[in-house]
Amino acid sequence: MIFLELFYTFFKIGLFTFGGGYAMIPLIQSEVLAKEWAKAEELINFIAVAESTPGPFAINIATYVGAEQGYKFWGIAGRFLGSACATLGVVMPSFIIILIVAKFYLKFKNNRYIAGAMSGLRPAAIALIMSAVVSMGRSVFFPAGFSWSVFASYEFITSAVIFAVMLTLMLAIKKLHPIALIGLSAALGIAAGYAEKLFI
Amino acid sequence: MMKQGRFKLCLQLFCSFFKIGLFTFGGGMAMIPFIQRETVEKHGWIEEKDILEILAISESTPGPIAINTATFIGYQKAGVFGSAAATFGVVLPSFFIISIISLFLKQFMGIKAVEYAFAGIRAGVIALVIKALIKLFKGCPKNVVSYVIIALAFIAAVVFDVNVIIIIISAGLIGLASLLIANNRKKEVTKK
Repeated sequence: MIFLELFYTFFKIGLFTFGGGYAMIPLIQSEVLAKEWAKAEELINFIAVAESTPGPFAINIATYVGAEQGYKFWGIAGRFLGSACATLGVVMPSFIIILIVAKFYLKFKNNRYIAGAMSGLRPAAIALIMSAVVSMGRSVFFPAGFSWSVFASYEFITSAVIFAVMLTLMLAIKKLHPIALIGLSAALGIAAGYAEKLFI
Repeated sequence: MMKQGRFKLCLQLFCSFFKIGLFTFGGGMAMIPFIQRETVEKHGWIEEKDILEILAISESTPGPIAINTATFIGYQKAGVFGSAAATFGVVLPSFFIISIISLFLKQFMGIKAVEYAFAGIRAGVIALVIKALIKLFKGCPKNVVSYVIIALAFIAAVVFDVNVIIIIISAGLIGLASLLIANNRKKEVTKK
């Protein structure tokens, strides 16, 4: 049953991602891509959509994937039910865990075993985001797999230039809003796309 | 009377967190200024210094920070119903907006200009993630154990394609073990 599977999968995603936001990408990638609920490219598109719409990233992506999968199964009613199941799934673990934590707030705060486990979890989260960057890089720069000829292709060069410009801007301007960056990348992408038609 | 006061508080929690959910883009740390304004300045539900502690808890428990914060503050102010009201409030705006967007996204993607735009955006988003990564790296404990964990976890994920959950659990255990070993050493030193 797709609705139970959506709930269960996003429950797992909610349960095992610490730090929220981008830390969720690796697990979402491995779960959603393995189930073929979305393509790698779609997922990256959606990161941009989630980034330009309000609310926590995890909720946005759960709602979207849930709606898409539910629709395939039950049409419009499935769309709503699917997004509700996935969203409820991703929210549930935090909700339950925080309720317990809030109850035992002081004990939890001073527990050295939790502090120890956390000292391992933080670096792991960083490594996982690094691995997400690698796999995102693969699907953006080498969508058809690696070969030396890719480096000379128009798509590779424009993507690489846009990436380099954005990274430089991000590092140079601390307060640059993610939406500004997304808007600018979009504009450069459109310019590059039409420039290819005109000149090449 | 008591019941009515609590209902009103739950409603206020719902409205405040609905606003927080509606006006923060990108989630995570971007929510802090808004949470501050609503819960500290406007309603006085918590004190300024509490925010840091709540954030630390949110970061060290699974799930999105916005949900964690909403549940926590909601519970502290009005128990289980308060936490449900706040969490529901923070989730609802995204749920509505994405539900509507998902209706059009596929058709929208068929337009040539949109396709080009997203080719650019995909490259830009990688830069965005790298910046978040740099920020996180600054907050990470700088010692040999964390560097080793970063290296091992990265190799496990990229080269050997190990399941993410297994990596997370192992990293937690390594962190715990390194703490226990460090404690033992301290004890031995004091014995001598």
